[in-house]
Amino acid sequence: MAQVSSVSNEQSPTAKSITLKISRYNPEHDESSGFMEFNVKYEKWTTVLEAILDVKKHFDHSVAVRYSCRQATCGSCGMIINGKPRLACFTKISELDSNTVTVEPMNNFPVIRDLAVKFEKLFDTHQKIKPYLIRDDTELVSDEKEFLQTPEEVEQYIQFANCIKCGLCNSACPTMATDSSFVGPQALAQAYRYVADSRDKGKDSRLKIIDDSHGIWRCHFAGSCSQVCPKGVDPAMGIQLLRGYMLGFSS
Amino acid sequence: MPQDEHKEGIGGMINPRRYGIERVAYLLMRLSGLGLLAYFIGHIYETSNILRGQVGWNDFMEMISTPEGHIIMSIVIAMCVFHTVNGVRVMLGHGGVGVGKPARPDYPYDPASQNYRHKIGIYSAILLAAVAMMYGLAVMFGE
Ligand code: SF4
Ligand code: FES
Repeated sequence: MAQVSSVSNEQSPTAKSITLKISRYNPEHDESSGFMEFNVKYEKWTTVLEAILDVKKHFDHSVAVRYSCRQATCGSCGMIINGKPRLACFTKISELDSNTVTVEPMNNFPVIRDLAVKFEKLFDTHQKIKPYLIRDDTELVSDEKEFLQTPEEVEQYIQFANCIKCGLCNSACPTMATDSSFVGPQALAQAYRYVADSRDKGKDSRLKIIDDSHGIWRCHFAGSCSQVCPKGVDPAMGIQLLRGYMLGFSS
Repeated sequence: MPQDEHKEGIGGMINPRRYGIERVAYLLMRLSGLGLLAYFIGHIYETSNILRGQVGWNDFMEMISTPEGHIIMSIVIAMCVFHTVNGVRVMLGHGGVGVGKPARPDYPYDPASQNYRHKIGIYSAILLAAVAMMYGLAVMFGE
């Protein structure tokens, strides 16, 4: 295995190296988390996920990390990288501008092991806001029936449909940091996505769910969710537009 | 074993260093809110001294006419101005005003809600609070 590593070094005179600090924690038998350090070679294009996989391949296969698409599409590889929630497959080591890269599990999610966290609550809150079109009729009944939309109507929600359920926004949110019952920016932004969809008729039932003391009113517009979102969803915008609608500021 | 939620906690909530000026404003808004609440309670206690008659009132006024009293009052002025100006910004934001319009996002996905209008609002709140505080200090120490 060491040979593979040195072969790739010989072929890459441009490779530099960093210290990769990986948080290690198994809740089943560890009292607390600790860090393991690895010296990893990287190129300009190497992502943090590739560096972690390099560690798994050459140094310690037991490092737990979740990933799938490696292209910022599946939403599996969110973690805290140098203090901020980011996708490991979408973050290049070279752009972090640091000789040490520290990776930790995302905050506000229970840790399964090392860098992998549980997403049950994220999926529960996502489901809670009814993330589907609600209406009595369906386009599946008749071939002739389509729910047509103008490009302008699509623009109203398409940005929010980009959400990959990675949970970075929930990890950055200051309300999520202390309130276990808060529905979270991910679900609130999705509530806006469906409320703003001209085909949807389930506005009232959806608004009833988020009009709660641990719902939309707990957002204080700190905007951290939007700053970390890797898909440009801008949950803070959706939440404020939705709240503006609920307060009667907009139609 | 009960599942540890791995919450960031109050330390994470009040950490202003990672998410730009918006998160600094969030922290200042909370701190100034708590400070003004404390002042409000103190103010009720302070004005209740009038019940002790003229002498009690004068004694109390003397106590807050010290340099420490002046500094505390000037901090109250700053908190008041920041909380008011930033509060107007946040209320408008909560109403969906000035948070941008939905659109197909393009890389590098700069969030439209974190725009210059809100940043100007935050810097104005900080600047006005500082100016009001300095004015208060000048008036109180210039007596
Ligand atoms: S809104 Fe953005 S950060 Fe939040 S889950 Fe969706 S894609 Fe991830
Ligand atoms: S591996 Fe799919 S988003 Fe990173």
